[in-house]
Amino acid sequence: MEKLILPDIPDLDKLDVYKKHGGFEAAKKALRMSPDDIIEEVKKSGLRGRGGAAFSAGLKWSFMPKTTDRPKYLCINGDESEPGSFKDRQIFEFNPFQMIEGALIASYAIGARTCYIYIRGEYYKWIKLVQKALDAAYEDGLLGEKMKKTFGTDFAVEMYLHVGAGAYICGEESSLMSSIEGKRGYPRVKPPFPAQAGLWGDPTTINNVETVANVPHIINRGAEWYSKIGAEKHPGTILFGVSGHVKKPGVYELPSGTLLTEIIHEHAGGVLGDKKIKAVIPGGSSMPPLRGDQLEGVRMDADSLKEAGSGIGTGGIMVMDEDTDLLKVLWRITHFYHHESCGQCTPCREGCGWMEKIFLRMLDGRGVKGDLDLLVSVANNIEGNTICALGEAAAWPVKFMIARFRDEFEKYVGEEIKLEPADKVHSMRKTETPIAPFALK
Amino acid sequence: MAFEFTQENVARIEAETKKYPSKKSAVMKALYIGQEQNGWVSNEVIKAVADRLEITPEEALGVATFYTMYHKKPAGKYHLQVCTNVSCMLRGGYEIYDAIREKLGITNGEVTDDGVFSLEEVECMGACGGAPMMAVNEDFFENLTKEEALRILETKK
Repeated sequence: MEKLILPDIPDLDKLDVYKKHGGFEAAKKALRMSPDDIIEEVKKSGLRGRGGAAFSAGLKWSFMPKTTDRPKYLCINGDESEPGSFKDRQIFEFNPFQMIEGALIASYAIGARTCYIYIRGEYYKWIKLVQKALDAAYEDGLLGEKMKKTFGTDFAVEMYLHVGAGAYICGEESSLMSSIEGKRGYPRVKPPFPAQAGLWGDPTTINNVETVANVPHIINRGAEWYSKIGAEKHPGTILFGVSGHVKKPGVYELPSGTLLTEIIHEHAGGVLGDKKIKAVIPGGSSMPPLRGDQLEGVRMDADSLKEAGSGIGTGGIMVMDEDTDLLKVLWRITHFYHHESCGQCTPCREGCGWMEKIFLRMLDGRGVKGDLDLLVSVANNIEGNTICALGEAAAWPVKFMIARFRDEFEKYVGEEIKLEPADKVHSMRKTETPIAPFALK
Repeated sequence: MAFEFTQENVARIEAETKKYPSKKSAVMKALYIGQEQNGWVSNEVIKAVADRLEITPEEALGVATFYTMYHKKPAGKYHLQVCTNVSCMLRGGYEIYDAIREKLGITNGEVTDDGVFSLEEVECMGACGGAPMMAVNEDFFENLTKEEALRILETKK
């Protein structure tokens, strides 16, 4: 199988090596096409976003207004903070120019003269690598004003790096734009969608790093060729990041629609200690988990996973063996969303905290009958009642893990309420938390 | 404690503002530069950033408090970030975190008395394939064991 995004070519992160292997040929070809033809080609290829929503990339580009005097922007989303995802950093390290070339073509297609590559702040090393790649591309006349001469067109795009500072929510597209504008990373109400009112109120498109890295291949070899790779409705290769209890964790580039069991057992070397699998989260921590006995025949593409009761998300596969304590896992996931909630919407800000407190109580041996239903009820009241999808991301793991592994959780809830009676009258003053400190053993 | 950007850093911030139609967008980078120069983001740094970018100190403070990577109090010479999120937790992230807490006698958000180490329990750092991991300042250490993590601390003084 040919790898499109992370081919086995040494030193591909050097511009001359990248060019020797056909780098920037697609950009040359694209700049001779009309923007509409490029959008049409990408639409036909069936390329879908790799950042989580699996939305048609060509369709997203086509939402950008054609006739407008306002500046247009492209943002490349490399915030990559979803637990279980670590694929974009491979592109930053091993094939940054393909991302830059893809971003260049995308900018031309939507008419953006400025492109921001947003990388999470913790990627210290990779920020430097991408900046180095951008500098090399500028030096070589592939970006900025000099590209007009290089490519013989009147189109030029400036490409800049914007570094995050440790906020998961900035991977959400409207929050990412708030962050670039120099504000707290608050998501915005949609509509208006970014294509109508994005950065500074101007039309903006946000694409994932891996999504744009696919574009040069589509331009070079045609939509038809690309659409035949992998699953019919979600074509191309996908970078699957496998982590957790497997022998060979890592990023594996495979055609979409590859069997989940094949990825775990063949590519990732199987489960540590050859144990059985209790649960798998197939697309990063916000996607519903699957039971170990639900994995047979599940294919890794958006539609198959939806049918199987989960989602492709970012393709981050987290494997948990039979000895995993799912309550601890679910508490940890909820703790994460509680920590990362931006605080704008009450259901998410408060609900995530409530769920975490209930999990802590259960872990402390004081779970009560009704806790599980209470958790599902809180999750249901978060889902759909927030500005952005962090609400769903926090609610789904709770809802689905309790639904699918109820037996695992029932052992933590007693029949009777064991809460100590309060020894003081309730007051608004800050009192000690009634929850005993909990230490993970 | 008074704070003033060095000439070189003023130039870096100026260069950053050129990337955007609005100077305000450079606030994240400017705060980083302030943190780099001062060691942490103090109120004086906030004020200097705000003055430089022509925004209110409240706007700069709002950004500094929203993002976790700005130190709102002095950090150690070596800032340890240990990931305990799911992928790391499954591979022993908490063992490493607990061992470090025990060895240094500090917990999340604290600094050792000698100011050498500060510790932070962080959310996913995007190193799940090399779990468990920790970062010492800007260096990632992946596929860690408890012993290895403690040995790394020994080499940092």
